[in-house]
Amino acid sequence: MEFKRRTVLGGMAAGAAILSAPAVLGQTRPRVVVIGGGSGGATAARYIARDSQGAIDVTLVEPSRVYYTCYFSNLYLGGFWELADMGHSYGTLAARHGINVVHDWAVGVDRDAQTVTLAGGDTLPYDRLVLSPGIDFREDSVPGWSVAAQNRMPHAYKAGSQSELLKAQVENMREGGTYCMVAPPNPYRCPPGPYERISMVAHVLSQHNPTAKILIVDPKENFSKQGLFEDGWARHYPGMIERVGPDFGGDIVSVDPDAMTVSIDGVVENVDVCNVIPGQKAGRIAELAGITDDSGWAPAVPANMKSRMDDNVYILGDSAAQGDMPKSGFSANSQAKVAANSIRHELTDARLFPARYANTCWSLIGTDDGVKVGASYEPTDEKIASVEGFISQVGEDADLRQQTYEESIGWYNGIVADMFT
Amino acid sequence: MKVNRFKTILAAGVTLAAIGAGGVQAQTGSGAEPLGNAEHGAELWEYECAACHEMGRGAENGIGPHLTRIYGRRAADVEGFVYSDSIERMGRDGLRWTFRTLDAYIENPYALVSGTRMSYPGLPDAQDRADILAFMRQFSDMPENIPEAEPTARRIEIELPPEVLAIRGDREWGEYLASECTTCHQRDGAAMGIPSITYWPEDRFVVAMHAYKEGLRPHAVMQNVARRLDNEEIAALAAYFATIDD
Repeated sequence: MEFKRRTVLGGMAAGAAILSAPAVLGQTRPRVVVIGGGSGGATAARYIARDSQGAIDVTLVEPSRVYYTCYFSNLYLGGFWELADMGHSYGTLAARHGINVVHDWAVGVDRDAQTVTLAGGDTLPYDRLVLSPGIDFREDSVPGWSVAAQNRMPHAYKAGSQSELLKAQVENMREGGTYCMVAPPNPYRCPPGPYERISMVAHVLSQHNPTAKILIVDPKENFSKQGLFEDGWARHYPGMIERVGPDFGGDIVSVDPDAMTVSIDGVVENVDVCNVIPGQKAGRIAELAGITDDSGWAPAVPANMKSRMDDNVYILGDSAAQGDMPKSGFSANSQAKVAANSIRHELTDARLFPARYANTCWSLIGTDDGVKVGASYEPTDEKIASVEGFISQVGEDADLRQQTYEESIGWYNGIVADMFT
Repeated sequence: MKVNRFKTILAAGVTLAAIGAGGVQAQTGSGAEPLGNAEHGAELWEYECAACHEMGRGAENGIGPHLTRIYGRRAADVEGFVYSDSIERMGRDGLRWTFRTLDAYIENPYALVSGTRMSYPGLPDAQDRADILAFMRQFSDMPENIPEAEPTARRIEIELPPEVLAIRGDREWGEYLASECTTCHQRDGAAMGIPSITYWPEDRFVVAMHAYKEGLRPHAVMQNVARRLDNEEIAALAAYFATIDD
């Protein structure tokens, strides 16, 4: 072969085309869009990107630049943690794992075209969509309450500014005043969460406002870890906490944020701080995507967390109707790993492993007084079913309770590393 | 009676031979087995245990804690003895000394307490262990005096077959399974509140997980995790965590 200048130039052009090939090929990589950067979404994005080693293009859509975990926000209310301790950025997901992190609101899903529309006007195509949008509130859950009144009566069930607001209200409550919590009906995010919050508020009040009272207005007959909480309240905060269940009108409640009153089965109570945790449903984008049912939640396939309504869509965490798993950060994290494995299998022929689900939930009752409950789960055709569980026992010694609390901090550090590093 | 390295085994052996024989006779027809041969156990005690431990009336802490009334006692509960953090944690988790847990501990201390300071390679022979434990049983509460005291006879124990320890783990399978572990245990080995399992030797990982699976190790979360792992899965996890490179 005789080399001529034209040949060399031609070769260089071909070389340039080859060098640019990764960018061209990059556009043909399968695309996964994840909506929601919490325990479900961040975990799914990280595991898909990390384990596919660049074979899958992952975009994470999350409006917040700093994510505040809802778990441990009660400990912030109690003065045990700082809000900054619960804040996490998405920088490592982008820098280390190549995830395209988009800080915007997803406002629409076209499941036929397989695209997501953002509030900023952009459109994201996907081969698989992961929805992990957490919860939204049912507007008619507590008559008189709306998000327009949430500064008067904060929910503080999405961590951040609402947590700061409720903490300030508790700390500035008048001496001998009344803190009222309107507890949510089932199902809702973090079953023991409201009662851990009661413990933390009681902890603060017992130190700074010991004649104050706490009133729980609860539509439910019973609640998670009830025996443990009630035992702890009697030990740490005797006489401070009163709970009104449905037997005494706890399920017939309305509020007046302007007057700062709570009506319980027609009896009006004046309160000083009112923490309304409304009834809940799947995050709004799940509803807009058309994957929720009449229950307000999004049904999921137990074996892999796919939406029962669309093979290309996965639904994780609080929004999912999957069976026996509680709505918790641990559950969302656990489900995300199953979904990530399924997605990698579908898009890159990675090995498919059977689903494994677990959950453990720790609660703090008072200083160094931690308890836990947990279970393991297996998918059946019908649902994700609980197969074995455990719970802390009343009467455990102080050292074990302290160890359980320290364990919860270890878990916190573990799960956020599992999501964000 | 106080048994320690400064005493000859003769007196103890004579005494315990009588007690041991009585125990065997009492169990005839019950279907239960004696814990072991206490007389032989007394001899083994001198070689295996007495350099570090005392036992009996007036026994004191030495290199190890005294072992008087050890049956039924919570782990790391002898006043005045400074234990390792690991065994103190096990005690808080609810580890109690029974024939079963003591047997596991003597066979391989790391099976029960990964960070134990008990510098002892383990006693592989099951009959030898049973004999020592039968001897030690004499220095704890007896059911005729304390009805809730630990049993003095035993059922057949399930042993971990050698082939289980020989399974070579599927590391990729282990990596997937490990995602369940890393919700709590950090991959980089950071340990605060929850111990590190990063870079554990495979054999130690396997025996620890089987100890949880069988209920020897007491932590409820770990028992819950381990009980649904089969032998292959435990081996796979061991292979992954031994070589984790994330």
